[in-house]
Amino acid sequence: MPPIPATEFTPVSALLGGLLIGLAALLLMAGTGRIAGISGIVGNLPETRGAEAGWRLLFLAGLLVGAALWVHAGPPGAVAVELVGGAPLLLLAGLLVGAGTRLGSGCTSGHGVCGIGRRSPRSLAATATFMAVAALTVYLVHHLLGA
Amino acid sequence: MGLLLPALAGLLFGLGLAVSQMMNPAKVLNFLDLAGNWDPSLALVMGGALAVTLPGFAWLRGRPRPWAAPRFAWPQATDIDAPLLGGAALFGLGWGLSGLCPGPALAGLVTGQPLLFGFVLALLVGYRGTAWLQGRARAA
Repeated sequence: MPPIPATEFTPVSALLGGLLIGLAALLLMAGTGRIAGISGIVGNLPETRGAEAGWRLLFLAGLLVGAALWVHAGPPGAVAVELVGGAPLLLLAGLLVGAGTRLGSGCTSGHGVCGIGRRSPRSLAATATFMAVAALTVYLVHHLLGA
Repeated sequence: MGLLLPALAGLLFGLGLAVSQMMNPAKVLNFLDLAGNWDPSLALVMGGALAVTLPGFAWLRGRPRPWAAPRFAWPQATDIDAPLLGGAALFGLGWGLSGLCPGPALAGLVTGQPLLFGFVLALLVGYRGTAWLQGRARAA
């Protein structure tokens, strides 16, 4: 397992980006009454039709445009995407993330940002669980096994 | 209005993932790596988002309907059950292995890295496959 590339604590951009994400979730609920949970928005897209598919596609298109704006027109080097691990690991991880977010009804955005944002004990329990398991996994992979 | 709002919300969301660098899995892994080169940024991203959604959702609770839809689709489930915790654990395992969760993985596609397309495809296969299994379990 390759080591994790070093990153630095970036409090200002983290807080600013977090505010934007919160604002996005609030806008989607205030405008269309929908939870901004990315796993459900994209995962349930194949079984939706008409207006129900429409808002999902528009949201996802907006998400790509928003990210592309910063990547391609933002300050140089403001964001990198540094993948850690090869194809087998990333494919396995993708399967687990897909299966887990379906079974657990949400991901970092649906349970974390939105669920805790509406004070749901269910979402708080889910968020605590995936955070703890993820931290344990990193410890196992990068310290116990990768040492 | 009804079409503009989800597009604008998506744009702000994607911009937020990029500005906060959450679309960089190294940044996420370093947050999860408490025993390594710990980067607390993710906590501030979550804090910033919750600083908006906590008061914002409380305010929306008291409103009759969204601007451009007949009703609010607030999630109804409240059970803290085995599928919730088991699913969250599986997700946490995949997240810890890769540093990728669904939003950042999708946003990262704009960098054109083939491995990310593979991850997103696997995510969809895992999600739809689990949905199919759930449907069969319900029918049985």
